[in-house]
Amino acid sequence: MDIAKELLAGNRLALSKAITAIENEYEEATDIMRQLYPHTGHAYVLGITGPPGAGKSTMTEKVAKAYRDQGKTVGIIAVDPTSPFTGGAILGDRIRMNSLTLDEGVFIRSMGTRGSLGGLSHKTADAVKALDAFGKDIIIVETVGVGQSEVDIVKAADTTVVVLIPGMGDDIQAIKAGILEIGDLFTVNKSDLDGADKLVKEINMMLDLDSLMTDWRPPISKVVASRGEGIDLLLADVEKHRSYIEGNGELNRRRTKRAKDELLDILSAGIEKRIKEKTEGRMDGFVESLKKRETDPYSLVSDLMGEMLK
Amino acid sequence: MEKKIRVLVAKPGLDGHDRGAKVIARALRDAGFEVIYTGLRQTPEQIAEAALQEDVNVVAMSILSGAHPHLFPKVVELVRGKGLTDALIIGGGVIPEGDIPALKEAGVAEVFTPGTNTADVVEFIKNNVKL
Repeated sequence: MDIAKELLAGNRLALSKAITAIENEYEEATDIMRQLYPHTGHAYVLGITGPPGAGKSTMTEKVAKAYRDQGKTVGIIAVDPTSPFTGGAILGDRIRMNSLTLDEGVFIRSMGTRGSLGGLSHKTADAVKALDAFGKDIIIVETVGVGQSEVDIVKAADTTVVVLIPGMGDDIQAIKAGILEIGDLFTVNKSDLDGADKLVKEINMMLDLDSLMTDWRPPISKVVASRGEGIDLLLADVEKHRSYIEGNGELNRRRTKRAKDELLDILSAGIEKRIKEKTEGRMDGFVESLKKRETDPYSLVSDLMGEMLK
Repeated sequence: MEKKIRVLVAKPGLDGHDRGAKVIARALRDAGFEVIYTGLRQTPEQIAEAALQEDVNVVAMSILSGAHPHLFPKVVELVRGKGLTDALIIGGGVIPEGDIPALKEAGVAEVFTPGTNTADVVEFIKNNVKL
């Protein structure tokens, strides 16, 4: 199967195979991405992040459904953690998304983090591009349940939603650095529980003290995702943010930065690969001569750099 | 990067007992596989579509209700129909010995009955999966 061609023609199996090739870093993945790249840049990428159990998957399902009701097609990347000990993973986000499985306008893919620490997988960005090239209007990226500092989602998403729930800690939690700084909007899920209003107040207090804030103040919606309550408010906030960043050039700036970061990432990965090839079988020798103090790492690196740039 | 074995653990039909499926999911996770669990009460159509979207190497079904003679072959048919020609399809649960030959005939590669050691399931997958 010509994966890229079939994908662009709307073949779902080809889309699935493309993501596998990307994830497993198959030889053909680079070629596939090369063919898909010109067809990307059309989808709007929505990031959903928050602590474990906050209801990110349930919310993703409801948000996807709402977009489907508007006639938009949706791609979903749901990331769950890979065990650092065995490399295995239980990817369970689909459990909350069963109502979407048979909707042909939705494509859901689960990914393990596979050693990445930022709340996404290293390959999430390329998987998003595959969905984008396939023609999805909206791509929702659901991160792993995050703690405090897994903020890679901001690099991947156009709009980032931080999902919080009542009862997770006192107000000092709200002034710490990390995920609370990255929300373009906040949503308080399970807002039928005690403490929801207090949490809204704490988020507001945190925002009041934000000296870096532009004229966009992240709105806070209250949602009960399992019952679908408040999803319309959340979606309205997303749309507001979208037109705000489209209007003032911020979306363009974010995408420019993303393109640059991506280029540098791919370049670094290429260089790293080259280093491995070039030093293959010689590493032990280098280390030996370092231990004997016959040379030093600085001169060695300088020699090797010269060799590699030839 | 090594090719990772991806397994869809699925509960077709209406029985609400997924302890077995969860024990299997956990054992496969510990064997280093990526396990996609889709929850209870899945139709064969949902299972086949999830298998396609997740591009799994293995579909592992669990049934405790007795509906396996109908549902297992149906899932095999639909998964193959999606173009996942290489996917290894296995089943488990409360399955009478007498039913097993017909299930294998229908394309279920192996059937695991109560008392099976989870390590045997892992071994079977490792030995038979096509990557």
